[in-house]
Amino acid sequence: MIQQADLITLLWTVAKILAITVPLILCVAFYTLAERKVIGWMQVRRGPQYVGPLGLLQPFADVVKLLIKEIVVPKDANRFLFYLAPVLAMAPAFAAWAVVPFDEGVALSNINAGLLYLLAMTSMGVYGIILAGWASNSKYAFLGAMRSAAQVVSYEIAMGFALVGVLICSGSLNLSDIVRAQAGDGGFTEFFFLPLLPLFVIYFVSGVAETNRAPFDVAEGESEIVAGFHVEYAGAAFAVFFLAEYANMILVSFLAAVLFLGGWLSPFQGWLGGPLGAPGWWWLAVKVVGFMFSFLWFRATFPRYRYDQIMRLGWKVFIPITIVWVMVSAWMVYDHWIDIGA
Amino acid sequence: MDLSQYLPIAIFLGIATAIAVVLLGLGTLLGPRKPDAADKTTAYECGFEAFEDARMKFDVRYYLMAILFIVFDLEIAFLFPWAVVFTKIGIVAIVEMALFLGLLVVGFVYVWKKGALEWE
Repeated sequence: MIQQADLITLLWTVAKILAITVPLILCVAFYTLAERKVIGWMQVRRGPQYVGPLGLLQPFADVVKLLIKEIVVPKDANRFLFYLAPVLAMAPAFAAWAVVPFDEGVALSNINAGLLYLLAMTSMGVYGIILAGWASNSKYAFLGAMRSAAQVVSYEIAMGFALVGVLICSGSLNLSDIVRAQAGDGGFTEFFFLPLLPLFVIYFVSGVAETNRAPFDVAEGESEIVAGFHVEYAGAAFAVFFLAEYANMILVSFLAAVLFLGGWLSPFQGWLGGPLGAPGWWWLAVKVVGFMFSFLWFRATFPRYRYDQIMRLGWKVFIPITIVWVMVSAWMVYDHWIDIGA
Repeated sequence: MDLSQYLPIAIFLGIATAIAVVLLGLGTLLGPRKPDAADKTTAYECGFEAFEDARMKFDVRYYLMAILFIVFDLEIAFLFPWAVVFTKIGIVAIVEMALFLGLLVVGFVYVWKKGALEWE
């Protein structure tokens, strides 16, 4: 027999999960619109403008269009894996949000191994890509999957080392504790991005590479391998990959803000009184939107890297720098240049 | 340790999977299913008919990358707990980790010199 109290807890948890996923899906929807608008303006175009006022209903039109298209399964494809791949891409991309804190004390699950869980979930995403490329039995998809897998795992190492730097400074794996460790009277100089500047830059660039976004988008490379691993996916199956990719981009933006820019803390803490100096979710929102905008800005600005350049940057530049800086930051904390939890 | 905080995560994983499955299901239900043209279901290959199976030989360096990744990722897994507690242990912990990382760097230099990281 299920106790009634347990049932209420369960329903309450499900409600909280939906309160994360539904806004997240809406964010993804409007993020795609923002992407087309921003890139449009950067290229002196207007972007979508016919569906709804200022094109605001465009994402919903896209969803309807994608849902009523046929899901074409190539005849040589492995059908089960072909359907499994998008699910495997999306489940971790969404489940990772379980530990993300949105404000002081506002997180679905405040586990003490939060960062480890996030690293695990973001690593899972690569399975969806490899399986999609393999199951499609198409040369472009296969090439894209191979490239993507090697690229994602390479940058994951640099990203992991960057996270270790944050752990050294915060002394905790819990994301809320990491934000609290950046509180103090010194305004934004208390945030981790200053002592960990190389790791901060490497973390965000690796995040762009991990999500296969421009300028590291050789896995899709629409002008050479015509969309790479998801070339054979159409309709709703393609939409699921799309959701996963954009949810991951927003996740990387959130983590960059939480780990390095003090999350919901004010950059003027201790300097200004009143609302400008007070912590609040709006600070987190501003920081996250800034990173999300950078993703679009990069795409509009940078030409695509060549594959050997990508691998060189990951292995020969980022990994040595991060290894050195991990030891440097350990020494800084040990020698009390940075005080843990202050 | 409080494991109750992990239950919402399991439920979240379930719901995330369900959303993906529902989307795929909706696409299958709402979309047409017309295997009308014989060419429609062949793998896309820029207008050619696919002339061999796509599961062909591929560059061994991708495999090499995967193996190197395992070594370094394990290293990071070791660094995670160390980074949280090393201040409580003191200088010994720092020296030990420097030695451990030093060993890894020796291997890294070897791999680099061997040309395993070259992609030309």
